[in-house]
Amino acid sequence: MQLTVNGTTREVDVDPETPLLWAIREELGLTGTKYGCGIGVCGACTVLIDGIATRSCVTPVDGLQGADITTIEAAEDTEIGRRVVEAWVSHQVPQCGYCQSGQVLAAVSLLNEVANPTDSDIDGAMTNLCRCGTYNTIRAAVRAAAEA
Amino acid sequence: MTDHPFPLHRHHSLAEAVAAAPRPLNVSRRAFLAGSAAALVVATALPTMGKAQAAPSAAPAVAAFLELHADGTATLQSPFIEGGQGIHSAMAQIVGEELDLDPALFTVVPAPAGGPYGIMGGMRLTGGSASTRVGYPFMRRLGAAARSLLVQAAAREWAVDAAELRTEPGEVVHAASGRRLSYGALAAAAMDLTVPETLPLKDEASFRWIRRPLPRYDVRAKSTGRQSYAIDVAVDAMLIAAVQHAPRLGLTPASIDNRAEIEAMRGVHSVHLLDGAIAVVADRFWQARAAAEAAQVHWEPGGQAEHPMPEDFSTSGWRETLRAADGPGVEIEAAGDVDNAFAAAETRLEAVYEAPFLLHGQLEPPSTLARFNDDGTLDLWLPCQAPEQYAGAAATIAGLSPENVRIHSQVLGGFFGRHFLYAHANPFRQAVPLAKAVGRPVKVMWTREEEFLRDTVRPFGLARFRGAVDANGPVALSIEVVGEGPTGRWYGAPAGADPSAHEGLSGKPYAIANRRLGHVPVQNPAEIGYWRSVGHSMHDFFYESFLDEMALAAGQDPLSLRRTLLAGQTRYLALLDAVAELSGGWRGAAYDHADGTTRARGVAMASPFGSEVATIAEVSVDRGRVKVHEIWVAIDPGQIVNPQTVVAQVQSAVALGVSQTLVEGLTYEQGEPTARNFDAYPILSPDEMPAVHVRILESGAPMGGVGEPGLPGVMPAITNALATLTGRRIRSLPLSAHDFN
Repeated sequence: MQLTVNGTTREVDVDPETPLLWAIREELGLTGTKYGCGIGVCGACTVLIDGIATRSCVTPVDGLQGADITTIEAAEDTEIGRRVVEAWVSHQVPQCGYCQSGQVLAAVSLLNEVANPTDSDIDGAMTNLCRCGTYNTIRAAVRAAAEA
Repeated sequence: MTDHPFPLHRHHSLAEAVAAAPRPLNVSRRAFLAGSAAALVVATALPTMGKAQAAPSAAPAVAAFLELHADGTATLQSPFIEGGQGIHSAMAQIVGEELDLDPALFTVVPAPAGGPYGIMGGMRLTGGSASTRVGYPFMRRLGAAARSLLVQAAAREWAVDAAELRTEPGEVVHAASGRRLSYGALAAAAMDLTVPETLPLKDEASFRWIRRPLPRYDVRAKSTGRQSYAIDVAVDAMLIAAVQHAPRLGLTPASIDNRAEIEAMRGVHSVHLLDGAIAVVADRFWQARAAAEAAQVHWEPGGQAEHPMPEDFSTSGWRETLRAADGPGVEIEAAGDVDNAFAAAETRLEAVYEAPFLLHGQLEPPSTLARFNDDGTLDLWLPCQAPEQYAGAAATIAGLSPENVRIHSQVLGGFFGRHFLYAHANPFRQAVPLAKAVGRPVKVMWTREEEFLRDTVRPFGLARFRGAVDANGPVALSIEVVGEGPTGRWYGAPAGADPSAHEGLSGKPYAIANRRLGHVPVQNPAEIGYWRSVGHSMHDFFYESFLDEMALAAGQDPLSLRRTLLAGQTRYLALLDAVAELSGGWRGAAYDHADGTTRARGVAMASPFGSEVATIAEVSVDRGRVKVHEIWVAIDPGQIVNPQTVVAQVQSAVALGVSQTLVEGLTYEQGEPTARNFDAYPILSPDEMPAVHVRILESGAPMGGVGEPGLPGVMPAITNALATLTGRRIRSLPLSAHDFN
């Protein structure tokens, strides 16, 4: 089947039930998208599908033909993505960094939807887990990206 | 040598420092009392850090650690592994200071196993909140040595006396003639020179970079998906393996009923029976995983587990075992006359505290890529906190000498104690035989479910308290801590020599005239491990909670009582003052907040890893749910390198403390953990994170740790606040197991 990832359409030879995460990591070689739990709880595998944050570890590739998939590698291709990444850097958000690909894309998805999110918007959208506990700097960086 | 075989503790002296060759440990052997335990012994001898004059006297092996490039940049081999704590940036900051080279111009890489990288008195590991305090004197001398070589090289080039030269960042300057040479231009000549015996260090008052909030260098890569972790490593001809672990240690695969079926699954290369697991090797992880999960394995007793898990083991049964274990145990601390004080006391109180098993829950599941090479060497790419120990263990498995094993330590996707050398929790033990069996490189990747089944757990802990008070406060305190610490398990420390079993109950600074602490050793059937702040992660919760119980019984305010018990100890009093001020002033009673909640505060202190900490928490209860609104932390690490990193580490430690207070706890039934993923083992979610306010005090005491000390005060500060708010004393965690309706 064909997957359109970061603006490029490529053929991938996988079973239809294969989670998008593994097609991205193993077939396309894009390892910025992380495996954390495999059950859609932690959010480390977050990608954008048509601009919306989606947990790729529980999203089968079947049915994604024609969808516009964005991974962290292309996060900075949009103005909002650039602002989010710059806010992440200036706020020194990442510690171990393993969850941050997903965190960045969750923030991009939020700002795609809501230009100036309220606290409650942030609570609703930023649900990815971070074992280093960077939640406070994530929140500050989301606000900064919204205001940039 | 009565101290700790693991460099976690604050009672170290330089006089104890012993030089010894790095020596891989075989964790399956109890080596603590054996003469061969050189690496253990040196680990007990972690030098008192902080004062530059406490640095070792031997000239640093500059070329082994530092490479200066013609373009003016530098590469530094770090003895310590980066896992988000900012240690690589800190090493560059320290070396750059003395070298006079902008830390931003450094690339820092993890040093390979072996070589001169055992700067912890001949060994090294990344843990015990020890990296910066150990590295500080060494890295200053390293920078000073390299700077000295560059100055000598310039002096030769210009045929002038080196005393006429000075440096500016990245350059040697001869002011008299106005000449300048970049470090890059001098690098090649400098490295052929000899490091002088005396290396003057900078006056701390002239520091350009140390103590500044320099950014960590890796945040952009980590914000854009470009940071690679062990799970991301690939080499040519690599196959991927997934495993299915035996449900309990002590079982091993006898056969796979549907072996032919899974061998025929798409992408499957081969199926293997390992010690305590089956493995499927395939082209892709998803294929390997699907086949490994589908395997119908017949397990039988056997395998190499030193501690087989009893098939009837349960958390509830274990709790009763610990409660029933008779004291008084091995004496750890004693003062005064406890028996007479209790006999004479008007008011006596007793309590039993407990804390659950915890998982590490680092978000990167463990993996290891193993490749045997034609020249007989073995390459391993993996997450690891102790490269030499891994090299030794892997060499044993592979039948090689440790020199022929190359450890490529990857940036850690979280660690918190997860990646020390354990007997069954490190996937290289599977990757090595699989790579050997298939004759190709194999990367073993554990699913979250297989990880939660084999992660080492923070021990379930329990302590029995008896206290006697009068109107002025505590007059006697007797504690029996029951169980086993990870240092007892993995380094063979016997009761009495295993601080991981009692730290946080021992080492408390309060002036209580009559007291006794005993350790009642009971070996834990679960595979226990180091978890961020180790024994402190539960013992300070026990102690500081019971101290509040005694305050209440004595009719004393908890903060005032602490001040009384710390009278004259200015370092602690300064912390209490700082944290109270940071919180806007202490409140000893519940109050109505402007947002409509009724809130209360609790206070706690801890003395972990050479630092001192005071913590205040503010909580409310809303419809039965405990909400932690604010955490204020005053931390005194003596002296610091990077204030921004200190704050980040305290934030992180607080998050883990709040997490275990609110929601974490692993239970066992019938020998198996009941949680295999984050759905059944919740960790702190973003909406549960309190605001965290940090104040750093630099008392000038020897440099203490930073990564872990923010954690131990969190749990008791929260439960003490809850006691003030609700009148209920919480003696076990997590709070989600208690009903607040």
